[in-house]
Amino acid sequence: MTRHYSAVSLLKEGLNAQRGWRPAWRSPEPKPRYDAVIIGGGGQGLATAYYLAKSHGLRSVAVVERGWLGGGNTGRNTAAIRSNYFYPESTALYDLSLSLYERLGRELNYNIMLSQRGMMQIVSSPGEMEMAARMVNAMQVNGVQAELLDRAEVKRRVPIFNFGDDARYPVHGAIWQARAGIARHDAVAWGYARAADRLGVDIIQQCEVQAFLVEGGRCVGVTTSKGEIRAGRVGMAVAGNSGALAAKAGFRLPITSYTLQACVSEPVKPIFDTVLVSPMTGTYVSQSDKGEIVIGGGLDRVPSYGQRGNLPQLETVLSGLLEMFPVFRQLRLLRQWGGTVDVTPDSSPIFGESPLPGLFINGGWGTGGFKGIPAGGTVFAHILATGSHHEVSRPFDLSRFRSGYMIDEAAGAGIAH
Amino acid sequence: MQLFTCPFCGPRAETEFHFGGDAGNLRPGGDSETNVWTDYLYFRSNLRGRAREIWMHLACREVFVMERDTVTHEVHATEALAETAAGEHRP
Repeated sequence: MTRHYSAVSLLKEGLNAQRGWRPAWRSPEPKPRYDAVIIGGGGQGLATAYYLAKSHGLRSVAVVERGWLGGGNTGRNTAAIRSNYFYPESTALYDLSLSLYERLGRELNYNIMLSQRGMMQIVSSPGEMEMAARMVNAMQVNGVQAELLDRAEVKRRVPIFNFGDDARYPVHGAIWQARAGIARHDAVAWGYARAADRLGVDIIQQCEVQAFLVEGGRCVGVTTSKGEIRAGRVGMAVAGNSGALAAKAGFRLPITSYTLQACVSEPVKPIFDTVLVSPMTGTYVSQSDKGEIVIGGGLDRVPSYGQRGNLPQLETVLSGLLEMFPVFRQLRLLRQWGGTVDVTPDSSPIFGESPLPGLFINGGWGTGGFKGIPAGGTVFAHILATGSHHEVSRPFDLSRFRSGYMIDEAAGAGIAH
Repeated sequence: MQLFTCPFCGPRAETEFHFGGDAGNLRPGGDSETNVWTDYLYFRSNLRGRAREIWMHLACREVFVMERDTVTHEVHATEALAETAAGEHRP
């Protein structure tokens, strides 16, 4: 029986007609009771379960997932990982995430295909260039390496960008984060699932949470399509469905669900070796290892749980792409899809105990949940294990909306929504 | 492209409309508690399924109520604010 993934295992199984491989995780029936139950089998939920078992020693943990693992936003994003944020609180969270990503493949014994190809944020006017310098300075003060590139350097690195005199948004420079990059998003979910399973976590798919069990004003478990599951603590990490689940628990959240769509072209030869975003067009783009041009942009303007994009926004995103890269005019689109993202008023996530005691939230990531998976899982596991905040998650408590201590990255880092 | 029906202008493209939040989210009085203000300013029903929402038609600048399914995107009804139940909205 082969469980460890390595070149030796490949050779051994090759000689053994591949008969020794085992499923990467079990599919157990739910037990009546766990120390912790996590709702949502996406990257955030699976990472939380993994760190609960690994860092906090919990041996009785379950993840319940309505659909299939990584079938929500974990499998629908454009796979970018970065930590180019403005506020120290955000940097602490997202840079923790990036640092964990840098050693995640080895830790999980799973190839997440992390490629730190750098991320370039195009700057299109002299005024913006000053704000870009402020941003780079802020990142450096917060301990994250960043550079301000001039036009010539951008042209050297991305010669196919539109440097013509007729460019609607001329290039004045760019913000560069060299450690940013992309990873295989499904692999992140699968890697965490496999590692969590090996530590004894029960991963229960096609198990929908229908209601919360409340006794004495505390959440003590969930009622699911596979029966009642009681738990010492319940955590929810359900991204775009946070609002719908909160309604079942009897409270509201500072979250509105929108569609974020993305698309990929047919595979083409390597032409573009970084991740690039232009705040002016709102379009961001990278090229996958397979050769597809991966394209994303801003939110659809209509709040939705539909998991499918609308055409006007796709047109906006693609016009932005063609404005930046006239050479992509010949590309043909292969696929287009949408995910439901949970957008908060300050574009920062929410962690902590919900208004229903015993039920804890990891949500409100909006468009940035994938890059935050390792850090989100780390701090949420700490919260579920101890019942109190991790030092990194404390500023992201739900109470910030009452106190007014927002972490406004829409204004700070210029997030597109 | 989806069509929404402005109660004043008729069916128009979705790009002409702007989402304005939950219908019935009344502005509290100036002397209200912080919790009431927090709830009004930031917390949302964010319903999955049938929802009553405030929308603005950017072309005529009128705000109105749209009843809509947030999963299927089916529009059930749109109505001018003056026609909704008294006290549901303060313009």
